[in-house]
Amino acid sequence: MAAVPEEKGEGPRRPARLKKLGVLVNPVAGMGGRVGLKGSDGAEILRQARQLGAVPHSPGRAIQALQAISRIKDQIELTTYPHEMGEDEVRACGLVPHVIGSITKGATTAEDTRRAVRQMEQQGIDLLLFAGGDGTARDIYHAVGQRVPALGIPAGVKIHSAVYAVTPRHAGEVAARFLEGKLNVHVAEVMDIDEDAFRRGTVSATLLGYLQSPKDRRFVQSVKSGGIQGEREAQLGIAADVIDQMNSAWLYLVGPGTTTRAIMEQLELPATLLGVDVVRDKRLVASDVNESELKQLVADRSTKIVLSVIGGQGYILGRGNQQLSPAVLTKVGTENLIVVASKEKLVSLAGRPLLVDTGDEQLDQTLSGYLKVTTGFREYVMVKVGSE
Amino acid sequence: MGRDPSTLLRKYHQAKWDEPIIFEMSVPGERGILVRRAEHEVQDEVGDGVSAIPASLRRTNPSRLPEINQVRVLRHFLHLSQETMGTDVTIDISQGTCTMKYSPKVQEHIATRHPGMAEIHPLQPDSSLQGLLEVIYKLDHFLREISGLDRFTFQPGGGAQGVYTGASIIRAYHAARGDTKRSEVITTMFSHPCDSAAPATAGFKIITLMPDNMGYPEVNALKAALSDRTAAIFVTNPEDTGIYNPKIDQYVQAAHDVGALCYYDQANANGMLGIARAKEAGFDLCHFNLHKTFSVPHQCMGGSVGAVGCRKELAGFLPVPRVEFDGQQYYFEHEASESIGKVRSFFGNPQSLLKSYAWIMQLGADGLREAAECSVLNNNYLEKKLKEIPGVSVRYSADKRKLEQNRYSWEKLYQDTGVGTEDVMRRMADYGLQHYWMSHHPWVVPEPFTLEPCESYSRDDLDEYVAVLRQISKEAYENPELVRSAPHNQVVHKVPEPSIDQPERIAVTWRQYLKKKAKAQDVLPG
Repeated sequence: MAAVPEEKGEGPRRPARLKKLGVLVNPVAGMGGRVGLKGSDGAEILRQARQLGAVPHSPGRAIQALQAISRIKDQIELTTYPHEMGEDEVRACGLVPHVIGSITKGATTAEDTRRAVRQMEQQGIDLLLFAGGDGTARDIYHAVGQRVPALGIPAGVKIHSAVYAVTPRHAGEVAARFLEGKLNVHVAEVMDIDEDAFRRGTVSATLLGYLQSPKDRRFVQSVKSGGIQGEREAQLGIAADVIDQMNSAWLYLVGPGTTTRAIMEQLELPATLLGVDVVRDKRLVASDVNESELKQLVADRSTKIVLSVIGGQGYILGRGNQQLSPAVLTKVGTENLIVVASKEKLVSLAGRPLLVDTGDEQLDQTLSGYLKVTTGFREYVMVKVGSE
Repeated sequence: MGRDPSTLLRKYHQAKWDEPIIFEMSVPGERGILVRRAEHEVQDEVGDGVSAIPASLRRTNPSRLPEINQVRVLRHFLHLSQETMGTDVTIDISQGTCTMKYSPKVQEHIATRHPGMAEIHPLQPDSSLQGLLEVIYKLDHFLREISGLDRFTFQPGGGAQGVYTGASIIRAYHAARGDTKRSEVITTMFSHPCDSAAPATAGFKIITLMPDNMGYPEVNALKAALSDRTAAIFVTNPEDTGIYNPKIDQYVQAAHDVGALCYYDQANANGMLGIARAKEAGFDLCHFNLHKTFSVPHQCMGGSVGAVGCRKELAGFLPVPRVEFDGQQYYFEHEASESIGKVRSFFGNPQSLLKSYAWIMQLGADGLREAAECSVLNNNYLEKKLKEIPGVSVRYSADKRKLEQNRYSWEKLYQDTGVGTEDVMRRMADYGLQHYWMSHHPWVVPEPFTLEPCESYSRDDLDEYVAVLRQISKEAYENPELVRSAPHNQVVHKVPEPSIDQPERIAVTWRQYLKKKAKAQDVLPG
């Protein structure tokens, strides 16, 4: 076997362009957690947190991540926001940043986060490394969507979003490897929970959307070639299997997610990434339906529900697909669930079960046990289902 | 100068010859051998030696082979051999699951030079192949004894083809009973990927079981997956993790309870020889890779054999031809009404059968068991030493003894230093060791590496291997960049990221090389 030479001639290679890293710290993220407030969203909660003696938590976490990055400092250009929103943390690591924008020191808000990210996008950053929690990820998502790859340093109270690395140090390492061109990007879920409900003891999480994020190499060999090939191929195989087994008389409720979206793409039907679409005989019956529409649709028809797994968390019901209510699920029958996920996504749960939180404990109980998850064309994996 | 006796580390550097491809060395008209014109007597008998060949088979233009003299050919291949890191050059503990044991060279001599092997042809009459047929017949009986099963075939040219043969036998068995519903095969995450790929190729749907916290496939998941659609389970034990599953009989029983068959992938049976058998665990079929457990070299897919065995109820479905003995003569039996047919031309790779036969005869029954015991002992010694190295861990059942192989993790090293398993792997070559095998995909165990110290490695070999990994761990903590930028003492310093993803850059023939090179130059600016 021989390797075909990549380019002709032996001339010196042009030095690679410096990669641009945007660094953003939400300095108040995580303050509510330490004092038992279950979050830090909103001015009033923040005031309470300060009163209870909460101290900033995220700067230290950001510094840990930046220390891991400093090994590639000669290959990158750092852009950040003033003072505690990044500049202080970057300088604390002995790095020299290019500082843009302005803030009121000690009184930063979510709007500062959104503005900072938009300005960094204009600077052409290759990656945004941010310290915060679910609220911060939400603000970034709203500001730039999937236009800028982003990676979170976990510093908030609520970390449900898959855009966060496991530890701050790990965030720095993943960012460095990405900037070195050793990692691909994938789309990662941005989740948020209703803090007020959370304080009252109930978790109600919403799937807000997806950010582009460097793909951690925990369970895969790093691959240089671009795109999200591995996951994409798995999705195509899964879609082929689901479509292959479709019964033209049945209704198919296709839930949110990128894996389920691939099924709609293969059927050449429009997909609602964050909603439930209804298909029969490979034709679209309804898009982005709510619970009451679903109840009507499934009332007198054999139905299957196609669900994806929310990455990182492992939820298949009760996160981002609440329109599939206990009433809808009971009518359809729990034996008519088709759960789809790549093997890699299942493995990333590291032995934890898939989770259901339908709001009906008895139904959750019925769903627990083992489920045959579709992982490819004529390929399935048995996975345990539980509730938290 | 040699290996440092205090550190066990070598000052090693790979030879670099910058060797061209042999086609590029061609000089028109240069010859290795100048063939003399034949004597008149010969010419009178056979003519010019070419015109006797039918015209339709005769070349009109000479083939474009490299034109090159003998000494340059010799030098070329010796240069290439110095740029390899193969199993006979290094302490090849690295290729876990591959069982890279020493293959005694005397076997090579017998199999490739003995006229009884080197000068025979598969189309000879059986009566003139008695020696080889006797070897095949007796090897079948040896493997029956080792596995407890009733009959073997040696046709499959590798482990995966063996599994495919097994899946085809299972399909034929259910079909013969008129049981047409059985479309599913169940396997496990830590079984070899061919245990899903080969049955899938044979037309089955594949259901995979995940490992539990101990690393065993979940028995309740198996029970949930089993049904009257299950054709068979295909499993290994121990799996890639080296952990022996003591409840394997429960898995087999559960499968049998629903009418499914049980296939035991024993490609690597190095920890089991003479100790435990497929039959007593309840399995219906198994296969051994003669190129692993039975000392045959791997030979780049050339001389491998996946020897598939089964119970007598399934023996009718085995491939043909089969070697039989009538008390006087050995002969090939080609007719068998239920047989799945042929899976490879003629009778597979007979030179590998002879090597395995020779290996078993040299060791005897006691020797086989001793080989298994040594490989298990070596593995557990290695695990104890490796667990003392900062950054190394064992993900599953760390406190349990393993059989012949073990999957380790550099996860802690990666978290502490940012140096991952691929970095360590590249650095090993700087100390004269072959890079290690990480894991099948998906990894399951983060930052994995899989080692298998077979019986043929000495304690000194193991200690040197451990010393290298300890040194690299130390380097990762003190100077991670040194490890990240490795290898430094190799022919190629900058290792390109997997070119397996860039088929346009891989050429396996000269013609392909020229074509792809021309295309690359078309696209890239000069």
